[in-house]
Amino acid sequence: MRTKTRRQRKKSQARRQAPATSFVDYEVEGRSRPKSRSRLGRFVAHHGWVAKTSLQQLLQAPLSTLMTAAVIAIALSLPSGLFLLLNDLQSVVVGWQGTAQISVFIKKSIPDGQAESVGQLLRGWDEIADVRYVSAEQALQEFQQHSGFGDALGILNENPLPAVLVITPQREYLSSEKLQPLATRLRQLPEVDLVQLDYQWIERLNTIIALGKRGALLLSAMLAIAVLIVIGNTIRLTIYNRRQEILVTKLIGATNQFIRRPFLYTGFWYGVSGAVLSILLISLLFWLISGPVKSLAGLYNSPFQLTGLTALDAGIVFATAVGLGLLGSWIAVTRHIQLIEPK
Amino acid sequence: MIKLVNVSKRYPGGHEALSNVSCQLEKGDMAFLTGRSGAGKSTLLKLITLVERTTRGEVVLDGKNLSRVRRRQIPFLRRKIGMVFQDHNLLYDKTVFDNVALPLIIAGEHHAETGRRVRASLDKVGLLGRENEYPVTLSTGEQQRVGIARAVVNRPPLLLADEPTGNLDPDLSREIMELFESFNSIGTTVLIATHDLELIKHLPHRLLTLHQGRLVADSFTQDLVQTA
Repeated sequence: MRTKTRRQRKKSQARRQAPATSFVDYEVEGRSRPKSRSRLGRFVAHHGWVAKTSLQQLLQAPLSTLMTAAVIAIALSLPSGLFLLLNDLQSVVVGWQGTAQISVFIKKSIPDGQAESVGQLLRGWDEIADVRYVSAEQALQEFQQHSGFGDALGILNENPLPAVLVITPQREYLSSEKLQPLATRLRQLPEVDLVQLDYQWIERLNTIIALGKRGALLLSAMLAIAVLIVIGNTIRLTIYNRRQEILVTKLIGATNQFIRRPFLYTGFWYGVSGAVLSILLISLLFWLISGPVKSLAGLYNSPFQLTGLTALDAGIVFATAVGLGLLGSWIAVTRHIQLIEPK
Repeated sequence: MIKLVNVSKRYPGGHEALSNVSCQLEKGDMAFLTGRSGAGKSTLLKLITLVERTTRGEVVLDGKNLSRVRRRQIPFLRRKIGMVFQDHNLLYDKTVFDNVALPLIIAGEHHAETGRRVRASLDKVGLLGRENEYPVTLSTGEQQRVGIARAVVNRPPLLLADEPTGNLDPDLSREIMELFESFNSIGTTVLIATHDLELIKHLPHRLLTLHQGRLVADSFTQDLVQTA
């Protein structure tokens, strides 16, 4: 029997120009063959192969892949865009916060010298970092230069403006709870006419931004769940489409990890495509609104500009999308692969 | 290689597919498992591949008691068994090469080695040069050869076949059986479930006959000719 097989094999090898390693010889040859690649090398090579295959499978149905990617992209772009806008807005407010000042208007009856000495006195207070004294004369000059009402002021016989002490509080006092007592103390000074604290609205704005960010966070959480469901469902359908394949591979000796792997890569690729699309989408949205924002800022004499998507932001979007892709597919695949067992 | 000791299998619902079956297959043996459909042939093969578990008794495979094999270890056990199915169980969206390569990929074999072994295996079943075709373009007999190539590509010590010739005409069936014999001749243990007595009666091997879940005869195919 054995010799007969050998003869047959030789015949078949002669017939074909490119002989393969024969089955029997191979047995012997295979045992002495040194392992030409390490375990890790083979592992990496296998992952590369699975990644490539699952990407090819996705590209075979470009439209449905694109639709899934688009759902992920939109779900990611919405909160990310909102976050970026709120961040920009906040950076403007923080800029204002640092320059928060208290204007102390001195009664007109107080002579310049006395007003200045009040300034000296205030410099000694703990809460106060700096006091700038603006005399009535200086105030008038500044006003004439900046307001364009110079001619109108010339009509008046006397300077309508009072002297002002512009107070810069210490950094640690920059909140309305701490500034209020300071303002009260200032009001109690006999020389003081009026104390103006332009701080509350900054705080309110800050609170509104914080609220907006919290809202964006909740929105992100809900949309993240939506993305998980979309990916999970897509993967579930893929699993059921390939049910037969899973059964056969299980019978041949595939582990659950082996079967899971291509589906995880599918989720990974959904994440990657969703991230890329999302980054494009955010950039497009910011580009579209940057013009109007610029002209709006111009109306407020502000150099404010949208920062747009930084590399770090893009990295976060990317990592989130890939993470969601993997997690969504992992949940789906772990649940459903166990249900598919050969019978 | 395979040892069954008082094996019974009762399916949920009460149907007893196997009752008190004992037999043994040595390394390098070749045997046919026969009986009418419903006699328990498939169930017996499923117990060996751990698709099902015994209700009573034990199956020992290569010295390993299968009832002690945990779920997570099943895949590694199956890698030592080449399985041939009646309906081939090929993956129709993959090429012949990829189908045959599957067990090697599962085992984590690396690329160059895979190519060599797949070609060696396809050469053995006479399909070398057809690697890049898809199973649908092959005839039923050729598809079954691909299934056999896949079963042996990993050089398993045990080859199981469940009605491998069920869909084939007599000539093709004989060729397939000769293939199994050739694998047996290089030391592979072969167990083939079939109801085609006409086909196997001239092949001189052991014959296990099941009837309603019981092993009613442990004889040789030659006996079939004598009784006929």
